[in-house]
Amino acid sequence: MSTSRHDLPVAPFDPSGDVTEGFRDPSTGDYRQETMIINMGPQHPSTHGVLRLLLELDGETIIRVKPVIGYLHTGIEKNTEYRSWVQGVTYVTRADYVAPFFNELAYCMAVERLLGVEVPPRAQVIRVLVCELNRITSHLVALATGGLELGASSVMLYGLRERELIMEIFEVITGLRMNHAYIRPGGVVMDLPEEAPRKLRDLIDLLPHRIDEYETLLNDNPIWRERNTDVAVMSAERCMQLGITGPPLRSAGVALDLRKDEPYCGYETYDFDVITRTEGDAYARYRVRIDEMRESLKIVEQAFSRLADTPGPVMIDDPKVGWQAKLSVGPDGIGNDPAYLAHIMEESMEALIHHFKMVTQGVEVPPGEVYMAVEAPRGELGMYVVSDGGNRPYRVKIRDPSFVNLQAVPDLIEGALIADIIPAIASLDPVMGGVDR
Amino acid sequence: MSVAELAAAVEARYPDVVVARGEATVVIDRNELLDALAWLRDERGVQLDALSSVTATHWPDRDPAFWVVYELRSTALVQRLRVKVPVREDDQHVPSVTEMFPTANWHERETFDLYGIEFDGHPDLTRILLPAGWEGHPLRKDEPLGGVPTWFKGATMPPIDERGMA
Amino acid sequence: MPVERYEGVHLGTTPEEIEDEVERGVLLTTLDRAIGWARKQSMWPATFGLACCAIEMMATGAGQYDLSRWGMEVFRASPRQADLMIVSGRVSQKMAPALRRIYDQMADPKWVISMGVCASAGGMFTNYAVVQGVDTIVPVDVYVPGCPPKPEMLMYGILTLQKKVRTEEPFK
Repeated sequence: MSTSRHDLPVAPFDPSGDVTEGFRDPSTGDYRQETMIINMGPQHPSTHGVLRLLLELDGETIIRVKPVIGYLHTGIEKNTEYRSWVQGVTYVTRADYVAPFFNELAYCMAVERLLGVEVPPRAQVIRVLVCELNRITSHLVALATGGLELGASSVMLYGLRERELIMEIFEVITGLRMNHAYIRPGGVVMDLPEEAPRKLRDLIDLLPHRIDEYETLLNDNPIWRERNTDVAVMSAERCMQLGITGPPLRSAGVALDLRKDEPYCGYETYDFDVITRTEGDAYARYRVRIDEMRESLKIVEQAFSRLADTPGPVMIDDPKVGWQAKLSVGPDGIGNDPAYLAHIMEESMEALIHHFKMVTQGVEVPPGEVYMAVEAPRGELGMYVVSDGGNRPYRVKIRDPSFVNLQAVPDLIEGALIADIIPAIASLDPVMGGVDR
Repeated sequence: MSVAELAAAVEARYPDVVVARGEATVVIDRNELLDALAWLRDERGVQLDALSSVTATHWPDRDPAFWVVYELRSTALVQRLRVKVPVREDDQHVPSVTEMFPTANWHERETFDLYGIEFDGHPDLTRILLPAGWEGHPLRKDEPLGGVPTWFKGATMPPIDERGMA
Repeated sequence: MPVERYEGVHLGTTPEEIEDEVERGVLLTTLDRAIGWARKQSMWPATFGLACCAIEMMATGAGQYDLSRWGMEVFRASPRQADLMIVSGRVSQKMAPALRRIYDQMADPKWVISMGVCASAGGMFTNYAVVQGVDTIVPVDVYVPGCPPKPEMLMYGILTLQKKVRTEEPFK
């Protein structure tokens, strides 16, 4: 298989240097005179984040493209090796920052598998609930930013309007709008507060009509169709060779969804469909995302109705594993529940010792390694966690779907026009925080 | 196939198989790596035709010092297998699998970037996440975390890997 | 005889009364204050969203928390047309030269808001890959802490910057 288009080294970002070194003709050593090398730099309104594309252009047609990533490399994986297992949640959640619950979920399930513990059923239901709500917000961001990049700025306002409703629910449940650190090894941190069910009920009633609005706005819009149909087409076979997962793969016809194939968190008990299309172009990916939002809403409804039937704790009872502190909303925000404080300070010495050890040293995880994959909005999000028996992770590797999906960019764009770059990348929906970590 | 059956099928050919926590891991020497991946992909009942991720771990006081870890998945049958290749400190080379699995291209570049393990036969083995002129391979255990001291009014606090806490 | 041109305005007969009345009814200002007011009213941010804070910045510009109340919903892609750079998100070592280059390309007068703890001080990522505070590269006017800061926090930071702009010396 020819990989000649990938055999050119890329020069470092050097404002005074020659970044186009790699585009010289290998036989003569000169630049081709008929083509132009353009840099679609890391700061660009339409590259969906800090992505750099080096384009070799013949007029408006792209001959060769080289994506350059790493502009958001944060060293998350290295940082987790110096913090405790629970603190790892706060690092991992900032990798793919548009869908933070999925990072947390994959990490916590990997840690729980290493520990060999099961979380309480109510925690499972809450996890599914917040994750599916997060899937809806992630697809809304994909839609909003995709629309904005294509010039339909009103789509941005509509998408972020719905997202605000869900952000409010997240704030009520977890305390934060983004990067929540709500799912922790052993369960979730707090139970749902009293105003959450009413807000969820209002959202479930309101959202289907709003998704209909998007379809009315965009589905048969001639400009949207023109810019997205038959653009960035990828066959199922090429997708699987490149390891693409998620909506791009499902839009090419392959019904691969980890929630159905390798269910976790009780997904096998929920009733939902896997959305596929056959065209494999940007329009198909957009339709897949809209329909997936509806399926997620179905799951949210089912999870919500199960909440009443699954009472119980939301954190595992084992004091060496679960975060025992019951949190509640006090006059100065979320803090330790006064009843819990009374218990550890006045009633039980053992509880105090457990609390102390948990806060200072954290969980001790037996040695081993685990790979846990969940179905994130962008594809297969895998977490490879290695423990050497201590209270810190030894290695946390995040297999991010955007990192792998972005390898498809040369396949999607080469031979197309410049204007097709935008819908191509918007339909892949990469999040650079996950790509670079 | 269940995990135990998969482990048995693989063990028939590559005996170093471990099953733990519901997952199967096989250790394969790097000279046999490409043949092994081809066999794992073609063998009936095993059919591990997709590569999820390629990464590495560093164990500075042990031999082998590095393990390169491949996560394989089967699309038709729902099963996974982990393939680990030992890499010694003095010879950090592993054959590249990009011919067979094009998805490994960026994964191997990232592993090279962060660990320094070279993949022979890779079409473009350059740094991907760090700037091109960066020296060192940060995720190795002997490289520091690289933080700066935190300044407070009248005192500083060292970065977290130098604080000496448990 | 008092002349009533507008309701409530009485131009008196003595020079003192007239001066009093004029001062109350007419907008008197200095050139400095006028320039400061004009600059703050129409600040155009440059799109410099990097990471999670960029999503919150987009949310601040969207319908619920509306930046166009202050004339700032126009995010200009080209730095030459922008006067405010909101550095939102963690700045990696690879991105730092690009950040400085964008800052240099902006025309004077220009201001920088460092949004989020990662931009202000490196945040939770005290490691090899993140620049520990964007003020090591560009001069920052307002720091907005938070991880990520809520849109209301960012709005407060923007209003603080506007207060600063209104009162600062326009030509240094």
